[in-house]
Amino acid sequence: MKYLDEYRDPALARRLLDEIQRTATQPWVIMEICGGQTHSILRNGIDQLLPETIELVHGPGCPVCVTPLETIDRALAIAARPEVIFTSFGDMLRVPGTRDDLFRVKSRGGDVRMVYSPLEAVHLARENPQREVVFLAVGFETTAPGNAMAIQQARAEGLENFSEIVSHVLVPPAMEAILSSPTNRVQGFLAAGHVCAIMGWKEYEPIAAKYGVPIVPTGFEPIDILDGILKTVQALEAGDATVHNAYLRAVKEQGNPAARTVVDAIYEVCDRKWRGIGTIPGSGLRIRDELAAFDAEKKFDVGGISTEEPAVCIAGEILQGLKKPDECPAFGKECTPTHPLGATMVSSEGACAAYFRYSRKGLS
Amino acid sequence: MSDAANMDGFSCPLPILEHDTVQLAHGAGGSLSADLIDKMIVPRFSNTVLDALEDQAVLTLPAGRVAFSTDTFVVSPLFFPGGDIGDLAINGTVNDVAMSGAEVIALSVGLVLEEGLPMADLHRVLCSMEAAAKKAGVKIVTGDTKVVGKGQGDGIYINTSGIGVVPEGLNLTASALQPGDRIILSGTLADHGMAVMTVREGLSFQSAVESDSAPLNGLVKAVLEACPNVRTFRDPTRGGAATTLNEFAQSSKVGIKLDETVIPVRPDVRGACEILGIDPLYVANEGKLICAVPAGEADAVLAAMQAHEFGADAVVIGEVVAEHPGIVAMRGALGAERIVDRPVGLQLPRIC
Amino acid sequence: MCLAIPGKVLETYEENGLPMGRIDFSGAQNTACLSYTPEAEVGSWVIVHAGFALQILNEEEAQASLKELTRLAAFMEADAVQEEGGPKS
Repeated sequence: MKYLDEYRDPALARRLLDEIQRTATQPWVIMEICGGQTHSILRNGIDQLLPETIELVHGPGCPVCVTPLETIDRALAIAARPEVIFTSFGDMLRVPGTRDDLFRVKSRGGDVRMVYSPLEAVHLARENPQREVVFLAVGFETTAPGNAMAIQQARAEGLENFSEIVSHVLVPPAMEAILSSPTNRVQGFLAAGHVCAIMGWKEYEPIAAKYGVPIVPTGFEPIDILDGILKTVQALEAGDATVHNAYLRAVKEQGNPAARTVVDAIYEVCDRKWRGIGTIPGSGLRIRDELAAFDAEKKFDVGGISTEEPAVCIAGEILQGLKKPDECPAFGKECTPTHPLGATMVSSEGACAAYFRYSRKGLS
Repeated sequence: MSDAANMDGFSCPLPILEHDTVQLAHGAGGSLSADLIDKMIVPRFSNTVLDALEDQAVLTLPAGRVAFSTDTFVVSPLFFPGGDIGDLAINGTVNDVAMSGAEVIALSVGLVLEEGLPMADLHRVLCSMEAAAKKAGVKIVTGDTKVVGKGQGDGIYINTSGIGVVPEGLNLTASALQPGDRIILSGTLADHGMAVMTVREGLSFQSAVESDSAPLNGLVKAVLEACPNVRTFRDPTRGGAATTLNEFAQSSKVGIKLDETVIPVRPDVRGACEILGIDPLYVANEGKLICAVPAGEADAVLAAMQAHEFGADAVVIGEVVAEHPGIVAMRGALGAERIVDRPVGLQLPRIC
Repeated sequence: MCLAIPGKVLETYEENGLPMGRIDFSGAQNTACLSYTPEAEVGSWVIVHAGFALQILNEEEAQASLKELTRLAAFMEADAVQEEGGPKS
């Protein structure tokens, strides 16, 4: 496939690996922000191929993993209502709340449907005027424009039976939270390429300067990731704490202003709790007050839901790059993709699930 | 196969019945039941054993051990590019019996119809079952039809059971793999699963990825003629090739090493997998088999497969090793190895 | 976090007031909303996430950066060959 196959070329990958090895004169800790990059790194075994000087730590960029338990429990409560058609991306269907997941709600008669595009949820609202269609809008800056467009479209069409549970999160505040932690080990970032496709990369310049870290918007194919790592290592070696775009074909300096305009019209920045990490100021999006009619959490009274995480789970430390999944005492024992204790084991791009699926440990 | 639907109007005309949809009374055993069976079903599958309409089929089998398998088919939508629930129900059970190396002899068909199902849809499914059975060279010798109330079924559910006879001296088992054996895949992966997924509501696909639904008894026979020492055959249906290979590794207590770069996936299937974030190794196939053969006979098996209409894209995808027993590992394009585990739950499209 | 795949616009149309495209992904065709890439036309390559085109892919940048990487690789290869004591023929 064009724009994919060229970026999976083994000969080019080997040359990039050689160059990374030659460039790195000392150990460096680099975080890939995005779970999609984590997935690609483990699937292609890039972590095994890198020189020992380069340590990759896996970032919090998995919306499924960081969606707070309270939000999932509220979603489950709404999904169980008889008048509701509950819609979600496939990713969220298996995510455990305190006691349930969406599949189990469906098995008890809840009308839970998977959609690929948020516009499909709007379509269901149009086709089922007597039902309430609720869409679970999760994601980072990449997914926000589509989810915002769903509300804009429902409003334009006068669809009063469409609403969203919004748990959107933003990357830069999370990066700052990681960098300002006293236990931080991260020295450079591969920024999430598709987030940058929307946001551009200007917003990373102050972070790079303030914390003295290079930030490199990076794509998702093996060559993209190796190129991103090489550019990060080159910057680290040169003491150059600035932004270097390694995903030129999809990321423009200004991102996609048209998409941001719609996001800003529908959502506003808010504080957001990240599962396993805690509340990060200014790190989320919520529906603007004047659009409260499209806010499912206001439309359906689901307040008073309190939650509890399994005590043994270290997903929070994993999401901050402080620990690796196989350092968890429950990893592969009480906690597996079939019986996940935390969200990082549920999502296919969660670090724990990716480790469980691809890790070479156990082969030897 | 897929052209069964096109046979409407000439070789496979819809019989004229009193009702154009299935009624509860069609399953009640009275005259409407008889009407349905006599006009719709028996003409499709007609043979001397079935036509006798006894409560059972009485068969004379050749010498050898009897292979016996059953499978129930619930697929939504009923019709998908490259096939429908009818040919799937025939091919699925033919293939399960054939994987033992058996000559497939006869099938039973149990139909569970939902009240209100259009007779035209039922007819289309029956025609495609007829065509699939003919293609596989098997007879449908006994059957049953029930009707459930509207809303209690998904149009049609089909159970098929099949029997076959395993030739003397042949004893294929997934526990017989030896280090050094080669793993051969008969063609492209993930066609069927992606065909069904791309016509699902909510995924907005515009194009048809075609199912690979096909009978494999002929292919098995051709391979056994070329190489009687095949260790085992299995058709990677639900759970995909990853599941089958894990079963091999665990049953035989051996490791399996795959080469990702040679595993064939059709471009459109790959495109659909990329969009939805799905790994073709975990997607169902309905016209492919995987076999393990002694290394020295791999070339002969490959040649026999490639000469067959359902094995043209056959390829050696890996080998059996003594290391890491019970685990399937795959070497990717970059040279790194990763574990190919069994899938967890349903394969769901993902956006992240 | 965000699975987005490059595809080629085969057709553009309007649906419920939104600009839409029929997109080819190596033979599999899906639809995507083109609201955020209004310049996308038939033949454009766009990167699609959850039913929305995020950006039009920049062919020039793609070619230039690939060329640079390949040049780098060739350069390194030449270096490596020299270290081994020249090409073997």
